[in-house]
Amino acid sequence: MNDRAPPPQPAPGTPGNAPDPVAQLLGDYAPLPGMADELMDGGGCLRPVWQSFIAHLASLDEATRAAHFARGDQYLRDAGVFYRLYNESGSTERDWPLSHVPVIVAEEEWTAIAEGLTQRADLLERVAQDLYGPGQLVADGHLPAALVAGNPEWLRPLVGVVPRSGYHLHFLAFEIGRNPDGSWFVLGDRTQAPSGAGFALETRVATTRIFPEHFAQANVHRLAPFFRAFRDALNGQQAGDGDRVGILTPGPMNDTYFEHTYIARYLGFMLLEGEDLVVQDGRVMVRTVAGLHPVSVLWRRLDARYADPLELDPASQLGTAGMVGAIRAGNLMLVNALGSGVLETRALQAFLPKISRVLLGEELKLPNIATWWCGDPAARAYAAQHAGRMTVGPALSTGLPFDADTTELDDAVQAAGMDTAAWLAERGGGLVAQEAVTLSTAPALEEGRLSPHPMSLRVFLARAGDGWHVMPGGFARIGRGRDAHALAMQRGGAVADVWIASDGPVEPDTMLPGEGGGRFRRREVTMLPSRAADNLFWLGRYVERVESNVRLLRAYHLRLTETANPDAPLLRGLADFLEVHDVDVAAPFATPLFDGISRARGCAGKVRDRFAIDGWAALGELSDSVESLSAIDLRGDDAARALGRLLRQTAAFSGLVHENMYRFMGWRFLSIGRALERADATARLLSTFADPEAVEGALDLALEVGDSAMSHRRRYSVSTRRETVVDMLALDDRNPRSILYQLTEAMEQIHALPGNEGQMPMTPLARRLLEVHTGLAVQVPETLDTEGLIALGGQIAEVSGLVEEAYFG
Amino acid sequence: MLYDITAVIAYDYQTPAGAGRNLARLMPATVPGEQRLVAGTLCADPVPDERIQRTDFFGNAMVEMSFREATRATSFRVQARVERTSEPPGLDLSPPMQRLPDEIAAVHSLAPEAPHHFLGPSPRVRLRDEMTEYACDHLAPGMTALAAVEAIGRALHRDMRFDAAATTVDTDPAEAFAKRHGVCQDFTHVMIACLRGVGIPAGYVSGYLRTLPPPGQERLAGADAMHAWVRAWVGRETGWIAFDPTNDAMVGADHIRVAVGRDYDDVAPLRGVLRTGGGQTSSQKVDVVPLEGAVSGQPSG
Repeated sequence: MNDRAPPPQPAPGTPGNAPDPVAQLLGDYAPLPGMADELMDGGGCLRPVWQSFIAHLASLDEATRAAHFARGDQYLRDAGVFYRLYNESGSTERDWPLSHVPVIVAEEEWTAIAEGLTQRADLLERVAQDLYGPGQLVADGHLPAALVAGNPEWLRPLVGVVPRSGYHLHFLAFEIGRNPDGSWFVLGDRTQAPSGAGFALETRVATTRIFPEHFAQANVHRLAPFFRAFRDALNGQQAGDGDRVGILTPGPMNDTYFEHTYIARYLGFMLLEGEDLVVQDGRVMVRTVAGLHPVSVLWRRLDARYADPLELDPASQLGTAGMVGAIRAGNLMLVNALGSGVLETRALQAFLPKISRVLLGEELKLPNIATWWCGDPAARAYAAQHAGRMTVGPALSTGLPFDADTTELDDAVQAAGMDTAAWLAERGGGLVAQEAVTLSTAPALEEGRLSPHPMSLRVFLARAGDGWHVMPGGFARIGRGRDAHALAMQRGGAVADVWIASDGPVEPDTMLPGEGGGRFRRREVTMLPSRAADNLFWLGRYVERVESNVRLLRAYHLRLTETANPDAPLLRGLADFLEVHDVDVAAPFATPLFDGISRARGCAGKVRDRFAIDGWAALGELSDSVESLSAIDLRGDDAARALGRLLRQTAAFSGLVHENMYRFMGWRFLSIGRALERADATARLLSTFADPEAVEGALDLALEVGDSAMSHRRRYSVSTRRETVVDMLALDDRNPRSILYQLTEAMEQIHALPGNEGQMPMTPLARRLLEVHTGLAVQVPETLDTEGLIALGGQIAEVSGLVEEAYFG
Repeated sequence: MLYDITAVIAYDYQTPAGAGRNLARLMPATVPGEQRLVAGTLCADPVPDERIQRTDFFGNAMVEMSFREATRATSFRVQARVERTSEPPGLDLSPPMQRLPDEIAAVHSLAPEAPHHFLGPSPRVRLRDEMTEYACDHLAPGMTALAAVEAIGRALHRDMRFDAAATTVDTDPAEAFAKRHGVCQDFTHVMIACLRGVGIPAGYVSGYLRTLPPPGQERLAGADAMHAWVRAWVGRETGWIAFDPTNDAMVGADHIRVAVGRDYDDVAPLRGVLRTGGGQTSSQKVDVVPLEGAVSGQPSG
């Protein structure tokens, strides 16, 4: 027992004079009849492993507690942790539903769970090897052929293919629950592309933000060693020295995309989509800005059937043609192997206990949910006999027992208006019956008191060189209310951290940046997928475009305050100028501005693995600001001040990116995008407001929008003239706002891109840019007329097109 | 019977298509006791940068080809000489329909010929009540599985109208059935759905068909087409039989098999993935020329 734990607290209802904070927190908390409870034993006493935590929680007054909880929620929001909620009208991003109180499991108990799941992982691997190999389980009658041959997850093109690593399974998740008698059982197996490990990490970080002091001394096992072991194992499987492991994602519309980006960042893997890859001579290659680069290990988060439109689902837009061929040739390891989803089949659970005896010669250490396949007359008869405690669902479903495709047998039969046995016989092999489960309950805090809610745990296993590693933790699904069927997040369930508490101190260990330490190796990271470069380039352009529009709008509203006459020539001119970008001066915060920001966010969202959290958060704040402003009708001075705030937020993003982003190749593309956009916007600005025919005040406006009014006053002792303004904003190579400065900047970056480093003959891109740059550099204000500025805009667009052609095609 | 078969499938692209990868199942198969591929070649133009030959799960020969350079047109040309023999139908030894499920369940195998692959829904063939009911209406008490296949195939031939313009390669069988029209692919998919609906394992066969010119006319070069028909598993004793619902006939010496699978997706003559922005047009020319008397000692089927 933990020697730091306080003495056992009085059970609820114990009379006492002073209100005991623990008693207050527990209120009338009691295990529900017929269910086990994580917090309390059958007698209503706190389990020892919870005592110190409950004492800590009770010691916080309500305001402190609320503040701490808010800290955890805020962390998740800042980190951008969300999941995607699907409904009839599409999908939306929702905050991660954190239940702040962790579920605490004693180490001893956990060890038994880990042993049981390790055995199960080995068993599933053996089953996969058989189903994609000799098919002995079916031949010997241990598994009905129909369950395999009729199974959409059994992928015929993979039959007879031995995985490159020798194993089908490398990363698994299990959903487990606790029986009323206290024993654990498996609800479902996730063997295809299990999600949740990244969420488990983020849930852990959020929970430690909530209980920092307590967590530090609570002897809770850390998660980092688990991830490190798996990362090292995958890195060790690579074929080439300069290779990197890739995470294959279906893209931002997937419900767990956040996690894909998070894991990529956390483990230093490349985030890849199917279109980033191409197969050549039996090898999978990444299209990078420096050409094709082989990849030999992919952790896929994409369902297998989408992986290769040539050999699997021909309608897939997410896959890579020829990937199965690369696997067959032994050149690609996938985590997990394509086809491993067949092991998730609900009906398989009816046969695993027997298969365990056949293949391992052992009983299952951790039973799975009792399951009967209704293709077997004896099983059907049993299910009919015990109809009252059965749920039924499709035999080939890969859903978990609490997913939407199961119903209670009695309800189904009643709806059909049939006799139970006849109904079961009619559906036969298409159906499985499963024992209606009773889960245990765990505490969640509601209105200052703890109350019991049904829960299940998701546990992760990863294969390393020395066998399976079990993540000491994971996450718990906590039901809303008391309904075990409301566990799924899609139905309003919440998620809690899981603490495996040791009796003695544990190694503090982390992989998060800034902590930990030890060995390091500097690695040249040059592999930038073309798609990521494309998104970074446009992110740079969009953010700059937003900034430019905000400056113009602010200039408009400042002048509107002064003149109060929207028909003044300068204001008309400005309004017309903005209209080209669909920006309406009368509604500055409306759609076009917002569009620019959401486009920027869209681009950033596709390269989130390459961003620090702060940059992403700054962009989110910018977007929130515009959204909140769009609801209010602001004009004149109020609008100008609001726009000033937006400008500072834009600058915050740019600052974070340009000051803090490592000078990887990706940063160069972002910078090129920004430079070209700014050069183009300034050329357009000057061609209108520095035109000899422009209305009075236009030159000062150009300086203001070009953020150069102050420098202008210091540099030229004369009043504003066309020559000085054109000199300042187009030709001055020391003014970061000038076109020449931005073209120089673009040229420096482009010279550092692959294929351009000192290359002779010059690439079409480098040559054109040099021409444009030189053409501008030799000008003087007198020769750079309006026509020349308009032509310059066209040349800049041409250079932008050449960048796209050379690197994103 | 000996045949010389020529098939040319050509694609034209509006804008150059690059980085293409194709999977071709175009070569006539060798089926012991029925059909022998004497010689065959498959050529592609342009010449592919990669070419891999192998067989798929169902034992069909296929060629994977990849093209790195962008191209405005691709064509694939098959030339094959095939010897086809055909036995006259024997006694019906298939079990009555009631016994078929037990015979299926008694097969403990995932081998390509096992009936289990062909019983449930497959990517292109969903089981639909209306087709199952239609099939049931054509069963008679005590009917054997083989008789059931013929009865259902014959009924479909009678009720469905051949219409080359009404459907496309992507038409859902349920739609073709509802409108009672289509081409060989639709007839085949609909019949598969009907047979599976009543518990008869059924699959898709792609191949070439020798066609006869209208009486008094010359055979036109290139007028033949790739064809499709149904195979069905009618018990352990008989195994697989084949029926052509488009022509209302048991499959015989005029049918030259290329590939078998659960539905069109498994046997598509050409699967291709290209990066192209524009549209494409395709054309298909097939010639099946019988070489009667060309080889001595060959009885005509």
